[in-house]
Parts: sequence; C-alpha cells; structure tokens
Amino acid sequence: MTADTKPLTHRVDLATPLDIRGYESQEGYAAVRKALKKMQPSEVTHLVKEANLRGRGGAGFPTGVKWSLVPMGESAPRQKYVICNADEMEPGTFKDRLLMEGAPHQLVEAMIVSGYAIQASRGYVFLRGEYVLAAERLERAIAEARAAGYLGANVLGSPWSFDLFVHSGAGRYLPGEETALINSLEGRRARPRAKPPFPQIAGLWGKPTVVNNVETLCNVPHIVLRGSEWFRGLSQGKSKDSGTKLYGVSGRVRRPGLWELPFGVTAREILEDHAGGMTEGLKLKCWLPGGASTDFLLPAHLDLAMDFDTIAKAGSRMGTGLLTVVDDSRSIISVVRNLEEFFARESCGWCTPCRDGLPWSVRLLAALERGQGQPGDIELLEQLCRFLGPGRTFCAHAPGAVEPLQSAIKYFRHEFEAGVPKPATRAVAQRTTAAQAVA
Amino acid sequence: MAKIFVDGRQYEVVAEDNLLHACLSQGLDIPYFCWHPALGSVGACRQCAVKQYRDANDEAGHLVMSCMTPATDGTRISIADEEAKQFRAGVIEWLMTNHPHDCPVCEEGGHCHLQDMTVMTGHASRRYRFTKRTHKNQYLGPFINHEMNRCIACYRCVRYYKDYAGGSDLDVYGAAHNVYFGRTADGVLENEFSGNLVEVCPTGVFTDKTHGEHYNRKWDMQYSPSICQGCSVGCNISPGERYGEIRRIENRYNGSVNHYFLCDRGRFGYGYVNRKDRPRQPLVRRDGSLVTVPAGEALARTTQLLKAARGIIGIGSPRASLESNFALRALVGPEHFHDGHANGEAALARRVLDILQTSPLPAATLRGIEGADVVLVLGEDVTNTAPRVALAVRQSAQGRTARMAAEKQLPDWLTEARTNVGQHEKHPVFIASVAVTRLDDVATHTMRAAPDDIARLGFAVAHALDATAPSVDGLDPAAMQLAERIAAALSAAKKPLIVSGTGAGSAAVLQAAANVGLALHACGQKAEHCFIVPEVNSLGLALLNVGQECCDLEAAFSAVERGAADTLVVLENDLYRRAERARVDALLAHVKLIVLDHQSHATAAKAEVVLPAGSFAESEGTVVSHEGRAQRYFKVFAPRYNDPHSVIRQSWEWLDDLRERTQLSAWRYFDRLTTAIAQALPALRKIVHAAPDAQFRASGLKVAREPHRYSGRTAMRANLSVQEPRQPQDPDTALAFSMEGHNGTQAGTRPSALIPYAWAPGWNSPQSWNKFQDEVGGHLQGGDPGTRLIEPAEDEVTARYHDAIPVPFVASAGVWQALPLAHIFGSEELSARAAPIAVLMPAAYVALHPADADLLEAGENSTLEVSLPGEKLLLPLRRRSDLPRGTVGLAVGVPGSPWFAAGAPVKLGKGSST
Repeated sequence: MTADTKPLTHRVDLATPLDIRGYESQEGYAAVRKALKKMQPSEVTHLVKEANLRGRGGAGFPTGVKWSLVPMGESAPRQKYVICNADEMEPGTFKDRLLMEGAPHQLVEAMIVSGYAIQASRGYVFLRGEYVLAAERLERAIAEARAAGYLGANVLGSPWSFDLFVHSGAGRYLPGEETALINSLEGRRARPRAKPPFPQIAGLWGKPTVVNNVETLCNVPHIVLRGSEWFRGLSQGKSKDSGTKLYGVSGRVRRPGLWELPFGVTAREILEDHAGGMTEGLKLKCWLPGGASTDFLLPAHLDLAMDFDTIAKAGSRMGTGLLTVVDDSRSIISVVRNLEEFFARESCGWCTPCRDGLPWSVRLLAALERGQGQPGDIELLEQLCRFLGPGRTFCAHAPGAVEPLQSAIKYFRHEFEAGVPKPATRAVAQRTTAAQAVA
Repeated sequence: MAKIFVDGRQYEVVAEDNLLHACLSQGLDIPYFCWHPALGSVGACRQCAVKQYRDANDEAGHLVMSCMTPATDGTRISIADEEAKQFRAGVIEWLMTNHPHDCPVCEEGGHCHLQDMTVMTGHASRRYRFTKRTHKNQYLGPFINHEMNRCIACYRCVRYYKDYAGGSDLDVYGAAHNVYFGRTADGVLENEFSGNLVEVCPTGVFTDKTHGEHYNRKWDMQYSPSICQGCSVGCNISPGERYGEIRRIENRYNGSVNHYFLCDRGRFGYGYVNRKDRPRQPLVRRDGSLVTVPAGEALARTTQLLKAARGIIGIGSPRASLESNFALRALVGPEHFHDGHANGEAALARRVLDILQTSPLPAATLRGIEGADVVLVLGEDVTNTAPRVALAVRQSAQGRTARMAAEKQLPDWLTEARTNVGQHEKHPVFIASVAVTRLDDVATHTMRAAPDDIARLGFAVAHALDATAPSVDGLDPAAMQLAERIAAALSAAKKPLIVSGTGAGSAAVLQAAANVGLALHACGQKAEHCFIVPEVNSLGLALLNVGQECCDLEAAFSAVERGAADTLVVLENDLYRRAERARVDALLAHVKLIVLDHQSHATAAKAEVVLPAGSFAESEGTVVSHEGRAQRYFKVFAPRYNDPHSVIRQSWEWLDDLRERTQLSAWRYFDRLTTAIAQALPALRKIVHAAPDAQFRASGLKVAREPHRYSGRTAMRANLSVQEPRQPQDPDTALAFSMEGHNGTQAGTRPSALIPYAWAPGWNSPQSWNKFQDEVGGHLQGGDPGTRLIEPAEDEVTARYHDAIPVPFVASAGVWQALPLAHIFGSEELSARAAPIAVLMPAAYVALHPADADLLEAGENSTLEVSLPGEKLLLPLRRRSDLPRGTVGLAVGVPGSPWFAAGAPVKLGKGSST
C-alpha cells in the first residue's frame, strides 16, 4: 500500500491510528506547509478544480467549482466556514468512519488546507452522533494539531488564523443534506434550506460556507502534494472521474468490506474480486450502487465501470459507491418496504410529498408484502414515484427515496403483481347474484 | 413591471413578486397553503405547483412552485397544464391521508382554506385506505382551541407566532409525518397576538374558542364593517352575529392599518356586548331604586329633568362615537360639554392633537411603522396600550433581514433567505420606558426610568440631532451617551420613527417626542411619528373640542360645586374610572344624573334615568384613530329583532330625541348628524368621507350584511312568533339587515368601507381578502377604508421646540410617584367585561422596586397599604426590579385598582404579610 496508489487509506490504522508525530513522519501536514508557504488560496482552489475532484458524498459536484463561488479578498466577510459533512447516515455506507477512525489527522489536515483555500475562519466536523470513537480520535488529533501550531491564531506563523471543532449530530439522516446540516449546526431544526442563497454566499450564521464530505476533503492534501495530473491519472480505464474511491460491499457476500480502488473499476471486480462473490448457495438478484437512495441495478449491469457518468447512464447513481447487494432469497417488496420505512421515518416533515407520500408508499408496500394489495396499488406507487421526483419536493430526500422503489417496480413488477390477490371468481358470482336479487 | 404569460395570455405584473403572488393579484386562482401574503414563501406545502416553460418553443416544461419562482419578465407558465393539475390534486390527496373526515363537525367548516383549496384542485375521493396518525390536543388558554389531528403541517402557525409575532411558546416538535405544532406543555399561549393563529391556520387546528362556545357557521351570521373599540389604533374588524349575540370577531382587512392581524384584546374582548346585565330597557329611579319603564316615560322624565335644571353639564366619552358626543354637545351647549377623559388625559390627548396638527411629520400608519428602519419608543408600553402597534414595531425591527437579503439580490418574499442571511439582525429599536415591555426582546437598547427622565432623554436626543433644540442641563453621562447613540441611529436612518403616547401620563414625554420629530425634520430626515392616545375616540374628542376651553372633568366638578349646574348627562362613561372615588361620590350626590350607556356600572347605578344605549355592535358611528384616521363602524344587528323587549337605541338617537323635545330640532338621520359635525367643526369636515352615506348603492343594491347562504331566517324567531316579521330596516346606512342586497356575487364592487365579511366565490376563508385587494397583501381596491383628518402642513413649519424640560426625577423619602401600568387584558374597560379576557386579567396590585419594598420591610407575598389622594386601600405587593426607585406601579383600570392620576404622590404603609 503506497501513498501513490492508495492515498486515502495508506496511513489508515483502525487499531492505533497515527498520532501527530507518526503522521508527520509519513508526509503528514506537508500539504498544510506547502499550501500556506508556497501557494495562494486561489491556487489551491484552482488545483482542486484542475484535479477534477468530485464530491464523494453522493452527488459528485466538482469540489473546486463549489469553492470558487466563495467570496474572496478584502471585501469578503471575515468569518467564513468550512464544514466537513461527517454525518454518514446513508444506509449501506461506512466509508467515512474508516477514514476518521483510522486516520483522524488526515481529515484535520484536509480541513486546514481546504479552509486555507477559501480563507475560512473556522471549521466544523459535523459528525454522526453514533461515531463516538471517531469523535474521540478527531478531538485528540485536533488538540495535537492545535498544540503543534497547525490550528489557532496565525497558523504556522502565517497571517491566517483557523480553528476546528467537532460537533456531534443528534442522529438524523437529513443533516446529510448540506443546508439541513447548517441549520442543525445553528441549533435549528435539521431541515434543508431554500436556495438561493447558496451556502457559499450565506451559509452557517449567514456567512460564506462550504460543506464537503469526509472522503472528498481527505483527497485535498494529496492533490496539493502530488498535483492534479497525478490525481487525474489515478483512475483507470476510460473513466472521466479522477482519483481513487472508497468502494465497499454489504449484503450476503463472502467478504463484506471496504477498499480504496481507482475510479472506473467495475462493479463485478468489486463484488467478485474484493468481496469474494455471493455467499455459498445464493445468487445475486440486484444491487444498489451507492446507498439506499440509488436505483437498483441488475446482475447484467455488473460490468459497468463504477463512476458517476457510467452508472448514471445505466439509470442509477453511483452515490457513495458502496454496493448493497440483494440475493435471490429476498422478496424485493420486503427490501424496498424496509428502505422506504427508513426514508419515511427520516423525512424532516417539511414538505408535503415527502412527509405524507413516503408513509403512504410504506403502507402500500406492507400491504403488497402481506398479499393484501389492491388493484391500482402498483399504479399508485408509480404515481408516487413520479410525484416525489426531483423538483416536486423541497430537497433531494424524497427523490432519492423513490429511486430504489421505481427501479424495483421496473425490474420486478411481477413480484408486485403477486402482492395483489386475483379476485376470487366465486365472490364475483355471489355479488352478481345479490345485484340481480335487488334488481 | 414585468410581462408574464399564463396559459398563453399576457399579464403585466410586479417583477419583484413571486409567480403565486403575481397570479393571485391578477385574479387567477392557484391553490396554496404555506404561503401567506404577510409571511412570504417557504416552499413547504408544494400546493402551488405550475408548469414553467423555458421559452415559447419549450413544450415539455417542468413543474415549479409558483411561490418560489420570481415573476421575471418573459416568464411562461401554465396553471391549467394537466400534469400540474394532477400534481396539485395529489398534494391535497397526501394531506388528506391524515386529515380527519370531520368537516361536518369541524368549526372551521365553511370558512376553511383547506376546503376551498380541495375544491379548487378537484380532488374528491381518497385512495388512502390505511389508518391515520393521531395527536393529542393541548389546552392553550381561554382564546384558542387546539385540534392537532386536522393539521396539514403547512408551518404557518409557527412562522406567524414565532417569526412574525415574536412568540416563544409555540413550536414544531417531532419529525416526518408526526410533526406536532403546540407547546411543550398545556398552558395559556403567552403572545398577545395569538388569536391570529385562528385565521393564519388554513384549517381547523387553531379555532376561536369563544366562537366555539356559541358556534355558528360563517354563512349563518350577520356581519358589518366595524372598528375595534379596544384602543386608539382603530383596527378594522368584522364581527359576526346570530340571535342578537356577537359570536366572533374576525379581522377585516385594511391595507393601511391592521392588514391581516388583530390583537387578542380586540378579537376576544367582545363579550361585553352579550352580557346579560346590560341595560336593555330604560330605567327610572322611583322611591330610591331604578325600575324599568317604557321608552316614552323615560324620555318624558329626562325631558322634565332637563327642563327643570338649573344648569346642565354633559360629559361625553372617548369610547363613544363623534356623532353621539356631538349630539350631547348640542343638547347641553358646547360650553357645558366635557370630553369625558380623566383630568390629566384630556390635556394629554389635546397635546397629542396639537403636536399632530403643527408638526411637519406625518402620523405613521401601521404600514408606515412596519417600514421604519430605526424606531425610538419614548415612554409608551405599546403592547399594553395600543397592542397592534407593538406588532408593527416588531416588523420594523425584523425589516433589517429583508434589507440584508436585498443586498444579496434576494427577493423580499423569500422569507427563509432573509433569516439565513440576516440571522438575528434587527433594525435599531430604542425603548425608554418606566418598566419592562414586551418589545424589549427586539430592542437594541432599553432604558428604564421615571417619566421625567424619559422626557429628558428625549429632549437630549432632539438636542443631539439639532443644536438649536433646547439642551438638557445636568444629564448624566450614561443618558447623554445613549441620547447621542439614538440620535446617530435616527439620523442615519432612511425611515426613522418616533413612537410615544399618553400612556406614561406625562406631558413632558410627549413634548420631548415632539422635539425629536422636529429635530429630525430640521436635519432633513423624512421621519414619521406615532402617538398613542388613551381610547378609541380620544383623538376624535380632542378634535371635537378644538377651539374650546379645556373642559375636562375638573371643570365639570367645579361647575357643580359652584352651583352653576345641578343636572348631569353622562354619555357612555363610568366616572369612577375617571376620577377619585370620593370626588365622584360628592359630585353625584349633588346632581340629577342621566346616564346613557350599554353597560351597567357604578355611575349608572346612581342615575335618575338610565337610557339603554347601543354598543358598537348596535350602532353606527365615526371614531378617529391615533393616526387621525376617521373610520366608520356600522350596526352588526338590530337588537329588537331577536329581543322584542329590547329598547336599546343608539346614544345619538336618544340624544336627538331629547334635543327635539327640548330644542324642537332634530337630525333624525345619521348622515345629517355627521354632516352637521362636518359643517360645524372644520377640523372634522372630512369625516363624511369615512364611508359612503346611506344613499349609496352598489349596482343599485344596498350591501347585504348576511351572506347569501344565510339559513334559518324563517325559523329563528319561531319561539317568539311563527309569523316572520319584515327584516329590520336600516335607513341610516347603505347596509341592509338581510341576505338580499349586494353580497359579492353580483356585478360591481362594494366600496372598501362597506365590506361586511370576507367572502368571494370559491374563497370562503379569510384568504378571500385576496379578491378585494389592488395587489394581494396591498391596499383594498378603491383605497383603504377611512379618511385621514390630519396631514402635516406642507408650507412653513409652525411648530416650535418645546423647552419645558423637567428636572431629573429624585426619589423622595416616604412618598412614591404613581406610575400607571397598563395591561392588555384588564386595563380597557369594555373588554375587561368579557369572560375570556377576565381569565387573563391581573388582580389589582402595587409594584415596587425591591429596594424600596425592603425599606418597608415588605417581602414576597406581602400586602401594602396604599394611600392615594382621597383613597386608602390594601393591595398585594409585586416586587419588580425593573421599576425605578421612588416610583410605585399600579395597574390601570383592573377591577379593584383605584383610579389615580399619573404621577400622583402615593404613601405606602405596611399592610400584612402572609
């Protein structure tokens, strides 16, 4: 494992993560030194843009572009914030945890360099509440970094001051959305904000703010040290995406886990080479490419490269890049009902389609699962999928929630139809008799 | 302006609006829930979806929420698009998955925005077949009923209550499809404007509890365009009546005054109209007690008293109309007419009028207050003396975030953007008051001091603004610094505002406020001012007496004492609320007393004759608000229709009869009386324009007070007689006590002053005001009701700086200065007689600074002996560290609290401690 090929994970040690000494001895904080001593903030942003780093939280938005919208220079507000979205709540996703528990200093360094790029005054790590160990390790790393002069007033003697804090979330899914995260950090209800204004203009406390995912940020020091060319060259094959990606597999496979692999690796390689294929006796029925809020794909899609564009073309989203596999012993309705229960519960309750539409889908799925569906239920679910789509709801929660549902109906309609009992012929005959009697 | 295309038709709209607002203003119907003209857009309910097209060639289009989309030039949308229609019906269907099927027993039914929108979208049958989520309801106090199962989670209630009205005890809890709008625990809603939840809520979660206790459907009530009598603001109201009872008061839109909101005193304080103990027949004293007599006999007895009198004095009332007061004035002669304010208050009201008439500053409308960007509140606790003004001042403070958002090119209506950008920033509001106020939470700085020191601060601000204004000697450095800070803020403002009033009982405070206004004018600032006066028609009374010697109660007392008069006619006034008990006792012991009122009270109990007068609900009249706006209210119902024994007549009618019997002259018709006032008194010449006269017809019709679906008319009097009488006639106004007449379904429109209730085809809820406005949330079509009587002189400024600067207040040993502490619930005479208001009324108390209380060794739960001039009583102590040392706070007007002059010397003695 080397810094060149596995930049994100080569220093990860879950048992005893590197302390600041150990981390510094392995190029740790070299990116901070390089950025602060040799680069203008705008050069860092430019480099990240050149590297074509895209958000690893699931949406794939170009990080450099996001940063370049932050007001810079003398006229810009003095307070600006960089926030790490570490509220890893997507079902089937457990990659950020590895980075934070195994290499906390890497994230601290990443936030300092990113903070420098936008000239932030403060950084916050918005951490999933259950990640207690990550909180401890990050707190320790921050304390060490502060003692070493990487944080606080005049970082490394430069005119720039920056400090970093960990904030534990209260255990809801929605702060994964960046504006809901900002609301939560401000002590408000964790529901998304209307845009505009975008966080880069008026985010936390009304000040310019960028929110980036843990994995996204952790790439930044490496880009600063090794350059954009190197970063773009990491991906394999024809993938347009740059760098490596933490891919993982959960479900009934031989070796569920997480691996740092070049962008563009195929799903089959991940599933078969790294996860060891399906558990003995089971066959792959379908898979979610990157979290619960992505469309199902079929075994036929396994040879697709796991990058943003390729997966999008297949009708799904790469999302977080952590595969959830469904084996052929499962009823798809049961799987989807379980997912929709999660999404319905995690709706913030702000907009009508999401708040009232998702619970309806759960009730319908539960009825179909019990074989108590009624004619029209499938069409109703399809209508819900349409009406809960992008643009109809306040944020992306409901559109994400219906992705597995709409694809499940698309690929496994027969299972849904089986949930609607055929009207018994005798019952019809009886009704007819009664009607005739009345007549 | 912008050109937009809606379903292929071109419209000229305001480019700054969002599409929903713009379309509604064009009269187009788009259903909505979370949007509200006063609360802006948040995009929560998704009900207002329309299809937007990129350009003329785009045929696919995409759904957008019209409330969240700007009406920029060239915008192309379709409301009629099939997908948009289906989606909108779908939104209702989602809402209905949890909404109960209880319309037939729901109090909101028939004026429910959710019903209207459901019908508008065409959603008619639900496919949802599963169980509904249910909630527990809370006790929210005497005003509002809570039924959370009906909630459609539009978030309007919390946005109104928290963000708009500044309340902190109503919030949203929970998440997902289990969001709950309520309090952390059962309890009375704390905010003084909670009643607006009833109208803000688009369905029946928050309903009017006072209405529920004697419920009627909206269409089964009779309404009139009316004016709230609760304070000097003159909010426009729409009272609803059935069976001779007022059953509810709803907001009546006036784009310059209250627009969408009322205070809780105004909304829930109507119960005095329905009291069983009201005089409904004339009473005449016989053998020492009052007995019921027919009207003719009472008039004959009164005429006899008047003719036999050796001098008559008339005492008018600031809670009666100009017409009734003028009729009394004509009966007794202007020189014998007293305006009915307490001594000090008459002079203060006059002083306010003088300031308004001579100042170059215009009196601010409530809208004007909302638009101010720096406010100085000098000595007035507006929440308790003119509550609706406090809500307006709060908006001015919160206007800061709109300005900050505008600097980032974000539209005003994008409510959330305002808070996200502006966070908790406020426009500067400086409050100098004798005690804490409910606006302190938006204040940049508060100063608490005795009235004289508040006045000194004001004078110092004026001097800091304009060096030619008189300076204040010996001002302490902290006050000086504050004065300079206030002056700096005022002079940097685009729309500075000064708010003051008679509440502190101090002429010096008023003069100081006037000086600040003059100084701002001298600096070239376009400032406005707002002076609160004691009662609904205080300013009207001051205008009525322009040119007269100050004729306060004291003059009446001395006339009787001199023997110049032995007969007293008191109009709608309880003198025990106006002067010391002993003095009133002495006065009434020496006169023959004739009282006209709609309430039984201590003064009426001593009368020779009591003539039962109509309350505002049974009268028409003109009142002048603090802003100088003359507004007309109209009878809601004719009292005799449901109660044949009722002999209630309007005060002016009784007085007109008496005038005819004594002076052989009568007006007979309301319009003639109003015209007589306008002709006799130049200051009031414009009151005839307050509303159209009795001759007015809308498309040839009188205006119907009853909705066209009014039911039960032939049966409602069946307990009295099976023969249905002719509907009562109303020769005095252009309104009819009938469902026949113009009711909004016919061609032509009713003038804004003659709209009895909010209803338009398809719009049964108060949201139907949309259909009466020039632009939604703007002014009413044809101009807002009322006519302003006082506008600043455009030519040379005649006002001069006041220089009677008081010396600093010094606490003196053993004597405390009396401070009037007003209470929204309790201080106003009439509303305090309404049961739900009485629940929230404080008991009489005496309030002292703890250090002063310690001097008297009076701890918590002790009682003090309070010695006022002419009165001594025991009152429970409230230790309040916000009161200045050397002052004693006494609740104004609550039962058990004595009348006292503001600033009166009070001696305190140890009562008891428990």
